[in-house]
Amino acid sequence: MSLLNAIETEAQPQIEAAAVRKRRRHVLDLDDFSQQEILEVLESAEGMSEVLHRDIKKVPALRGRVVVTLFYEASTRTRISFEEAGKILSADVINMSASGSSTEKGESLLNTGLTIQAMGVDIIVIRHPHSGAPYLLAQHLDRVGIINAGDGIHAHPTQALLDLYTVKEKLGRLEGLKIVIVGDVLHSRVARSNIWGFVKMGAQVILCGPSTLLPLDMLRPSGNDDQDNPLASVQVETNLDRALEGADVVMALRLQAERQNGGFLPSMREYIRRWQVTEARLSRANPDALVMHPGPMNEGIEISSTLAHGGRSVIEQQVTNGVAIRMALLYHLSAGGE
Amino acid sequence: MADRQIMNDQDIKRALARVAHEILERNRGVEDLVIVGIHTRGVHLAQRLASNLSEFEGSEVPVADLDINLYRDDVKSRMSPRIRPTRMPVDIQGKKVVLVDDVLFTGRTVRAAMDALNDFGRPQQVQLAILLDRGHRELPIRADYVGQNVPTAPDEVVRVRLIETDGIDEVAIVRAEE
Repeated sequence: MSLLNAIETEAQPQIEAAAVRKRRRHVLDLDDFSQQEILEVLESAEGMSEVLHRDIKKVPALRGRVVVTLFYEASTRTRISFEEAGKILSADVINMSASGSSTEKGESLLNTGLTIQAMGVDIIVIRHPHSGAPYLLAQHLDRVGIINAGDGIHAHPTQALLDLYTVKEKLGRLEGLKIVIVGDVLHSRVARSNIWGFVKMGAQVILCGPSTLLPLDMLRPSGNDDQDNPLASVQVETNLDRALEGADVVMALRLQAERQNGGFLPSMREYIRRWQVTEARLSRANPDALVMHPGPMNEGIEISSTLAHGGRSVIEQQVTNGVAIRMALLYHLSAGGE
Repeated sequence: MADRQIMNDQDIKRALARVAHEILERNRGVEDLVIVGIHTRGVHLAQRLASNLSEFEGSEVPVADLDINLYRDDVKSRMSPRIRPTRMPVDIQGKKVVLVDDVLFTGRTVRAAMDALNDFGRPQQVQLAILLDRGHRELPIRADYVGQNVPTAPDEVVRVRLIETDGIDEVAIVRAEE
């Protein structure tokens, strides 16, 4: 079955589910979240954040549940924050990476998933270099909840939720804000999920970067006129100074070095000159504008070092909030249903 | 089927005044007392009780809010409830804690609340104040202070509405929906 089919059959029931408040089984991307459900997750994360600040960071909510983190790609913050989130909620967390597992003997993703399911695991958190891999598992595993922790260039919904949470925490709202996402949007699963998240919450999203690195296919799918295109409000601006005019949030994306050789960029020097987020450029944004970065950063390339560690940067809060959001999601998937 | 009103705004006001007096009588004042409301409606009742106490006794009583959803023993069988921040502005170590909730039913919420309290310290004593006791306990738990006892059928739903959350003070019994 193709990826497209997997997405349709999996996402469709959940859109209806949001309306009748059925239990959510998977978190694959934010496109099937309603505004209401996003708000619920953000509110729960606020309660979880209180637990994170206690002397004893432990509550019994998910006692007896088993969570496996299945990572086919390197990760520091996402994997550790899922592990910490699960452990604070008293779930048993098992970490698995592709190296050192049967994947090295050629076991397929599906068979690995079926094996984990047969062991009685409740939730699989998966990161995979191929877009759509979490959908494959969600389609074929009927007793395990799947959380997408990043798939190829497609989606990273938990990162987007923690970004929404951080902005709402700092600025008090999401609706009507001007969000500028700068850099390699085309290859950024973080940006793609953030586009869905911010648009659903009523923010104005502006994408900025070299036109070779902007996902025009995502914004204007063929055969879809603006009326029924949910992303019609997203704007594209290749000039960073113009994009930053009056911005409330500036999110810089990591520029992967290998893109330079892929014909996407004339040169790194030109990229830095035109699209690096710097203090001088930020003066065009709102005085209280937030500077964000999903990490890991290339300081001095997509963002200047002074800005990354300056007073407007909320990059560290993003990491802290990531644990609270992942606690809220693990809990959200475990509650209800019977 | 029509709702059956159990308490109106005046009944609730009088019950909370009496409960406040009982708390003072039993604890001989407000020294070392902490009033802890269980989310959501218990929080508002706790605020009202605390303001009664300070009115009657002339000194402030600390109030805390407790969310107990992360301590429930039935996470799997309930719809995902919203987790609200617990607010514990004072150290409860060695204090006399009065837990406050709107309805006492199976006792499971109170059990979870006692577990939650434990994570913040070891109170000298935990007492329980409840606006309405409807019976059908599943655990060996009873309230120290009761606004009103009301016999109910297990399938009935007791609906507590408070000004702060619902714009009206009222307790009513409504039949379970089909």
